[in-house]
Amino acid sequence: MDNLLWIFISALLVNNFVLTYFLGLCPFLGVSNSLETSARLGLATTFVMLVTAVCAWILNTYVLIHAPYLRLICFIVVIASTVQFIEMLIKKLSPALFRAMGIFLPLITTNCAILGLAIFATNRGYGFWEGIVYALGAGIGFTLALVLLAGLREESELSNIPQLIKGTAMNLIIAGILSMAFMGFAGLFSTA
Amino acid sequence: MNKNESYEEFIKGIWRDNPVFVQVLGMCPMLAVTNSAVNAIAMGMATLFVLVGSSFLVSSFRNLIPKQVRISCFIIIIATFVTIADYTLLALVPKVHKELGAFIPLIVANCLILGRQEAFASRYPTRLAVLDALGMASGFMLALFSLGSVREILGDGALFGVKLFGENYEPWVIMILPPGGFLTLGVILLFFNWFKFKKDEFLEDVAAAERSGN
Amino acid sequence: MNTDSRKESTSPSSLRLVLTLAIAGLVSGIAIIGIYESTLPTITANKARELREAVFKVLPGVTQMQPLVYRDSQLVVVEKANKDEPVIYGGYDAQGDFVGYAMPAAGPGFQDTIAILYGYKPEEQIVVGMEVLESRETPGLGDKIYKDAAFVGGFSALSVQPEIVAVKKGTKSLPNEIDAITGATISSKAVVRIINEAHIAWVEQLPAPGSEPPFVLAEPAGNGAGQ
Repeated sequence: MDNLLWIFISALLVNNFVLTYFLGLCPFLGVSNSLETSARLGLATTFVMLVTAVCAWILNTYVLIHAPYLRLICFIVVIASTVQFIEMLIKKLSPALFRAMGIFLPLITTNCAILGLAIFATNRGYGFWEGIVYALGAGIGFTLALVLLAGLREESELSNIPQLIKGTAMNLIIAGILSMAFMGFAGLFSTA
Repeated sequence: MNKNESYEEFIKGIWRDNPVFVQVLGMCPMLAVTNSAVNAIAMGMATLFVLVGSSFLVSSFRNLIPKQVRISCFIIIIATFVTIADYTLLALVPKVHKELGAFIPLIVANCLILGRQEAFASRYPTRLAVLDALGMASGFMLALFSLGSVREILGDGALFGVKLFGENYEPWVIMILPPGGFLTLGVILLFFNWFKFKKDEFLEDVAAAERSGN
Repeated sequence: MNTDSRKESTSPSSLRLVLTLAIAGLVSGIAIIGIYESTLPTITANKARELREAVFKVLPGVTQMQPLVYRDSQLVVVEKANKDEPVIYGGYDAQGDFVGYAMPAAGPGFQDTIAILYGYKPEEQIVVGMEVLESRETPGLGDKIYKDAAFVGGFSALSVQPEIVAVKKGTKSLPNEIDAITGATISSKAVVRIINEAHIAWVEQLPAPGSEPPFVLAEPAGNGAGQ
C-alpha cells in the first residue's frame, strides 16, 4: 500500500484532481469568478469528499462485496444524501452563507470530482485512513485550483482583454498553463 | 409532427447547440479521454448509448414520474445504463475499457445527460426526445473526436495508432498530457468565438446595407 | 437538489412517490444484475487470460501456473486467495516441474504508482523477466519502461544479490546491475526499487530451492486467481 503522505501530496499537487484528472470542471469554470465563493465551495466540497470517502469504504467493505454491480448507484445515493444533509446544516447554522452559495450547493452532487474520488479510492483498494487522507488531499487540491483560477480571473477583470478570447476560452487557456505548472510537481517524492 | 421539425431536433445538437462547444457541458470526460482518437470515439459511443437509452425511457414514462422525485428517477435510470455500458465494454473490449478507466462510471455525473432529461426528454414525446438525444450525442462525439484527433496528431504523430509522419517527427508531447487538453479546447472555443464574431459582423453589415435603402 | 417550486395541481401521495422510486429501483436492479451475470464469464476469462499471458512472459519456458499464498508459515497452493492476501504465482513447465515465481509488485514511480510483474528463479537468485502492468509515466520519457525493449530485456538475467542497482546507460558491468533509460532515470530506478522492496518482503517466506509447492491444480483456477 502506498504510504499516507504520498497519497496526500499526490492528490493535492502531483495528480491534482482538477488540473491533472480533469474532474470538477463545471464548478472550476463556472464558479471561479469570485475568490470568496470559490473558497467556500472548495471547503464544502472537501467536507462532502471526506464523508463520501468514509461511506464508500464502509459500503465497499461490508456491503458491496456481495453485490459489486450496485456500486455506482450506492455511491450516487450517498453523495446526494450527503449534499442534502449539508444543505440543511448550512441553512440552519448560517442562513447568510446559504443564500450566498445559492445554486452551487446542490450542484456539488453532480461534481464529478466527488464520484471520481469514490471510484478511484475503490479501484486502488484504499482502506479507511488512506481514504480519509486521499479525500483531504483531493479536496484541498480542488480548492487550491479553484482559488488560483479565481484569483487570476479577478486580476484579469481589470486588464484590457481582446473581445474574442474573453470568457471560457481564456479560462481554459489559463487552466492549461496552471496545469503545466502543476506538472512540475511530478517527481516530488522520487528517491533518485 | 412534420419532417422538418424532426430534422431540426436532430441537427441542432450537432452545431448550433453543440453540447461541448456552445453549451459547455460534459467537460470532465471530454478532456480526460481525448488523448487519442480511439478513446474519444469509444467514450462518444458509450455516452450515446446512455443518452439515447435514458431519453427514451424518461420520455416514455414522463407522465408517470411525479415531479418531486423526478431527478432521483432520472439518476437511477442514467446510472443503470452507465453500469450496463461499463460491464459490456469490460467484457467486449477490455483494452479500451482499461484506457477509459474510471471515466465510464463518471458518465453518470456528465451534466449533459441529466440536463437533457430535465430540459427536454421529460417534456416532449418519445420520438422527439430520442432524436434530440441522438443529435446531442452526435455533437458530443464530434467534439470529442475533433479534440482527440488534434491531440493525438500533434502529441503522438499518429491517428488511430497509425503513424502519420516520418521517424524524425518530434511529438509535441504536452498535447496528450493534461495541459494539452485545456489548451486545445481553449483554442477551439477561440475559433468558435471568432466565427460567431465574423457572423455577427456580416449580419450587421447586411442590416446596415438594408437600412440605407439598398 | 430539486430547486423548482413545488406547486402542484393535484399533489401525489407520499405512497405514490415511494412506489415510483421503489419500482424504478427494482427494475434498475434487475437490469444491472442481468448484465452482470451475463458478462461475468467473459470478464473472468479475460482477466485470467491476461494474467496467464503476463506470467508466461516473465517466466520463459512456463506453460502452467498456480496461485500461492503464505499461510501458517508456509507457501501453499490456493484456488482463490482471500481479499488483501498477497499472492504470487508459481510457474511450471509442461512436465509439471517448477520453473520460477511470478511476483506482482507496485510502488510510486515518477508520476503515479507503477504496477509490475516480475519473474524470479530462487535457485539462481535471479530475476528473469519484468512486465509493466500499470503505469502513468510521462509518454515519450517514463513510458519507456515498457516501450524500450533494451530496458525490459535487461531483466532477463538480473541477480538480486545483494540488490539490483540501476546504473547509467552503458556502464553495466556486474550481474546485479541494469542500464537505466536515458532521460527516464527516475522511472527506471523506481522499477528497480519496486522489485528490490518486493524481494525483501517475500524472500523470508519462500521455501528452500527445490522444495517449492508441486503443481497440483488440474487446470488454471477458472474463477480468477485471487481477486
